[in-house]
Amino acid sequence: MTATTETAQTRSLKTWQGINQALTEEMERDERVVLVGEDVGRPGGPYGVTRGLLDKFGGLRVRDTPISEAVLVGLGVGGGAVGLRPVVEIMFFDFAMIAMDQIVNQAAKFRYFSGHSMPLTIRTMCGAGGPNGAQHSQNFEAWFCAVPGLKVIMPSNARDAKGLLKAAIRDDDPVLFIETLGILPTRRDVPVDEDFVLPIGVAETRREGTDVTVVAIGRLVDRALEAAETLAEEGISVEVIDPRTLSPLDTDALVASIRRTGRLVTATEATAPCSIGSEVCALAVENCLSELKSAPVRVASPFINVPTPVPLAEWRAPGPDAVADAVRKVMQG
Amino acid sequence: MAESRTSTVESPSGAEAAQARYRLMRLSRRFEETVHEQFHEGNVPGPLHLSIGQEAVAVGAISPLRVSDAVLSTHRGHHHCLAKGAKADRLMAELLGREPGYSRGRGGSMHVAIPDIGLLGTNGIVGAGIPIATGAAYGMQAQGRDDVTVCFFGEGATGTGAFGESLNIAALWKLPLVFICENNQYVELTPQSVHVAGEIHRRGESFGMPGVKVDGNDIDEVLAAVGDAVARARAGEGPTMIEAVTYRWFGHYAGDKAAYRESDEVEQWRAKDPLVRSRAKLDAAVADELDASAEAEIQAALEFALNSPITGPDSLALDHLATT
Ligand SMILES: Cc1ncc(C[n+]2csc(CCOP(=O)(O)OP(=O)(O)O)c2C)c(N)n1
Repeated sequence: MTATTETAQTRSLKTWQGINQALTEEMERDERVVLVGEDVGRPGGPYGVTRGLLDKFGGLRVRDTPISEAVLVGLGVGGGAVGLRPVVEIMFFDFAMIAMDQIVNQAAKFRYFSGHSMPLTIRTMCGAGGPNGAQHSQNFEAWFCAVPGLKVIMPSNARDAKGLLKAAIRDDDPVLFIETLGILPTRRDVPVDEDFVLPIGVAETRREGTDVTVVAIGRLVDRALEAAETLAEEGISVEVIDPRTLSPLDTDALVASIRRTGRLVTATEATAPCSIGSEVCALAVENCLSELKSAPVRVASPFINVPTPVPLAEWRAPGPDAVADAVRKVMQG
Repeated sequence: MAESRTSTVESPSGAEAAQARYRLMRLSRRFEETVHEQFHEGNVPGPLHLSIGQEAVAVGAISPLRVSDAVLSTHRGHHHCLAKGAKADRLMAELLGREPGYSRGRGGSMHVAIPDIGLLGTNGIVGAGIPIATGAAYGMQAQGRDDVTVCFFGEGATGTGAFGESLNIAALWKLPLVFICENNQYVELTPQSVHVAGEIHRRGESFGMPGVKVDGNDIDEVLAAVGDAVARARAGEGPTMIEAVTYRWFGHYAGDKAAYRESDEVEQWRAKDPLVRSRAKLDAAVADELDASAEAEIQAALEFALNSPITGPDSLALDHLATT
């Protein structure tokens, strides 16, 4: 793409580049923003997301740490308490288990106890998408949505990733920002405007439809859109909603759509028990029981751990076909 | 009340400063004795961990600090809070579950954080302040400030994994951090010999930081050691590990009769009372005055708390988020 065809409005970027841009722009804009994590400096992280930042901002603001996840988040909590706006990278979501106390008991409680803001962003990566196996691919987003005091964001494309990460960094609360490995290499048109910031807590209708509401997150959004195309040919009109922010969840938008269509399918890469899908189904039953024409269906990964071989991991993750099958099922019910 | 008391004793030397430190120790002792009574009256709606007998560590260690320096405290933190400048009346209100408390009476003594005076939190999770202290020290370094962070923890907390992680990072990055282990000999209901291998003050040595052991019942010894460590930290020379050996007179929590200890042992330590020792260095008439003024502050604090509304469910929904 040449500079001339690249309009002032948008530019095509891969998701990891959108994240990199958000970090760069926010660090340029506000010197209180710092980035700490394992390999975030010279190597730029396992997928290059933080490439170039060390050279731009120096070793005090882009800080490689030892393998110390509990203290990594502590660095963010303590730094946030004394005036920084830290961005902490936990390489894989799986490793957040080691830092649980600092995330759940410390960061998410700070404001409750002190009345002071905790402008901390924790970035992490989840999901299958490489030969990473059962300890490097897990989706724990729902666990963190059960914690008051924490915001949870999971974007589904480069544009949202950039706009929402900027929002997270500018937000005065602790935000868990979950990057889905499966979308890091996918492209979108991303606004060039440095103040392109998306609102936290607002869902986006990605396709309008009248027969079925599909609430999809992360990697499943594009797959749900693909399924919707196929289903349109069969005469089924699917509405696809991407909550984008999982906590607080935009319940008004979800409930309004479910009431309109009377049918619900949820689609996540996580396993079904106690998932975001479960939460949205519960919302539907609580708020839309009289409008529901059939029982909601959750599309999710089978309740098994993630296999290491890529073809097996891909087999486990729900694809467009699984979403389409679920839609056909709720249409019959 | 007591607005005249500065939040920290800015100058650690001189007779006036020594008097202020003694008064703060007395205030801490009387504060805890008073909340202990209130606990038995049924007025404290939460657990209470007393540090009576340990006052010299908190006051000695916090004296060399400024308001802009940070302190991370523990579950046994009343004396740290008072020394860093928490007001006795609002702290009392917090412990008694009253609206004007620092956390509007919903947190209790293990959840007090007053960032405006550098108190970044007491904590209900043993050892959890250590990573946060490391982060605060990193924040100061990254902002080019010459402030320092002092991190208190008990000997039991040295068993947590993040303790070692924090020492490594603090030493690698030469953070302006002073680690202070208040070794009061007991970890909940067991002696430290069940919990701690080797000597705590030497734990820093393998990471390349100095380790110092002091008599935690001697405020001057604590003050000197922490003063040196703070100066080192401010000069960019990195962290120090200090072990202050002391003793808690009462049980682990209010209500714990501490039957797991020999009374001889308790008596021996009571004889080393840090208050008696520092009082002996003052003019008796001056000390009497300081005692009286601390007492008046505590009585006023108690009255303030008891006359304040009890926190009800209305305030519980309060703002755990700045923005929604
Ligand atoms: C992570 C964690 N584990 C266990 C406890 C329960 N607990 C509360 S205080 C305490 C003992 C702490 O001992 P120490 O660190 O020596 O401090 P001290 O009580 O002696 O001041 C324990 C085990 C806790 N609060 N947090």
